[in-house]
Amino acid sequence: MAQSLDRLKESPSQTAGPYVHIGLTPNFCGIGGVYPADLGASMVNDKTQGERIGLEIRVLDGTGTPLRDALIEIWQADANGLYNSPAELRGAADPDFLGWGRCPSDMETGLCSFQTIKPGRVPFRDGRLMAPHVSLWIVARGINIGLHTRLYFSDEAKANAEDPILARIEQRIRVPTLIAERKGGSYIFDVHLQGEKETVFFDS
Amino acid sequence: MPEPGSNRMPETGAFFQRDRTWHPPVLTPGYKTSVLRSPQKALLAFDNTASELTGPVFGHAMLGELDNDLIHNFARPGESAIGERIIVYGKVLDERGKGVSGALLEFWQANSGGRYRHKKDGYLAPLDPNFGGCGRTITGEDGGYAFRTVKPGPYPWPNGPNDWRPSHIHFSIFGHAFAQRLITQMYFEGDPLIWHCPIVRGIRDKAAIETLVAALDMQATIPMDARAYKFDIVLRGRRASLFENRPEGN
Repeated sequence: MAQSLDRLKESPSQTAGPYVHIGLTPNFCGIGGVYPADLGASMVNDKTQGERIGLEIRVLDGTGTPLRDALIEIWQADANGLYNSPAELRGAADPDFLGWGRCPSDMETGLCSFQTIKPGRVPFRDGRLMAPHVSLWIVARGINIGLHTRLYFSDEAKANAEDPILARIEQRIRVPTLIAERKGGSYIFDVHLQGEKETVFFDS
Repeated sequence: MPEPGSNRMPETGAFFQRDRTWHPPVLTPGYKTSVLRSPQKALLAFDNTASELTGPVFGHAMLGELDNDLIHNFARPGESAIGERIIVYGKVLDERGKGVSGALLEFWQANSGGRYRHKKDGYLAPLDPNFGGCGRTITGEDGGYAFRTVKPGPYPWPNGPNDWRPSHIHFSIFGHAFAQRLITQMYFEGDPLIWHCPIVRGIRDKAAIETLVAALDMQATIPMDARAYKFDIVLRGRRASLFENRPEGN
């Protein structure tokens, strides 16, 4: 017998279930007066630097039906590619941009709408620049462990072509599953949980 | 960025790989909704980048006085929620056993009769006008937390013809990085329904399930007031950045 490494195991995930709104967006589901506002509902203010954009995201099940009980959280860098986080050692991020947002699916249409800014480029581990992207974390009834993926931008073709994460996708036909289409001031992004267009999800 | 003059440099090492045999798999047919909502292709694996190593900070200043008291945070003045009064307390640790300070915990649950305050819940059990069902807190320096609530009731749910959820409290945990994001559920020691539940049984390893069962702690009870349950939560641990492979100048 060797010495014990004295490590703990991560707590096993369990589904967020159908009532996730009660805990994470209580005002959205009619539980008023407990918190002044739902956390992550608003991402930008007048002073936030960067190009204002909308993200219109849906999550679709294996039949193509939009989930109406999902919840998406996003995390992104500021307009200069800096994260508003203590672990960001490259500089100080825009104090008027936390970079984190949370939105439940519309209970009728399944749409999650974020008003945010276009993120700048963040370096990969080896110093090469990654393409502008937004990290997504998706939970819902029937999802046993939160799904992690990224949203990239259709009008960043050159940056996307040199992105080290997109480059790791062996089946090139799947790369477009991570690229949101620009439409006016917004980007449209459908997350497919299954099927031919299944989104590339991450283990990182 | 660390505080100017601070000698407490934040940790920036990559996180240990997630043990996906310890978590429930994405497809657990006994939990029917997972069938059409489970990705079928292999996940794209890569060592964390800055996007996963960073995360937002939520300050204690955002917390209201009653955020960690579900007995009173939705109740009319002078009234309180109906049910078995309990304290839930514990620590948020990482896989190295280190307390995770400043972690945002959000919790939600059914009332003592097993009914959620949600338009999608049509269970026969009545709503409690004094119970909303949500609360939140932020861990202290050692990762410790505590809140007050009523014990949630078990309830039937549409899955099999006669499936029941054990009493449980949902937990959302925000640690120091996006890579640590986790949602789980806490169960109660001694509840026989735990071992019948298709959602619980999605976890294959009995030892893993047992880590989600809070222990009754008579030493932490408040006499003539509330019983106490201890529930520790473990988030992913991270490598020391000392030996990280970095290009010159970074």
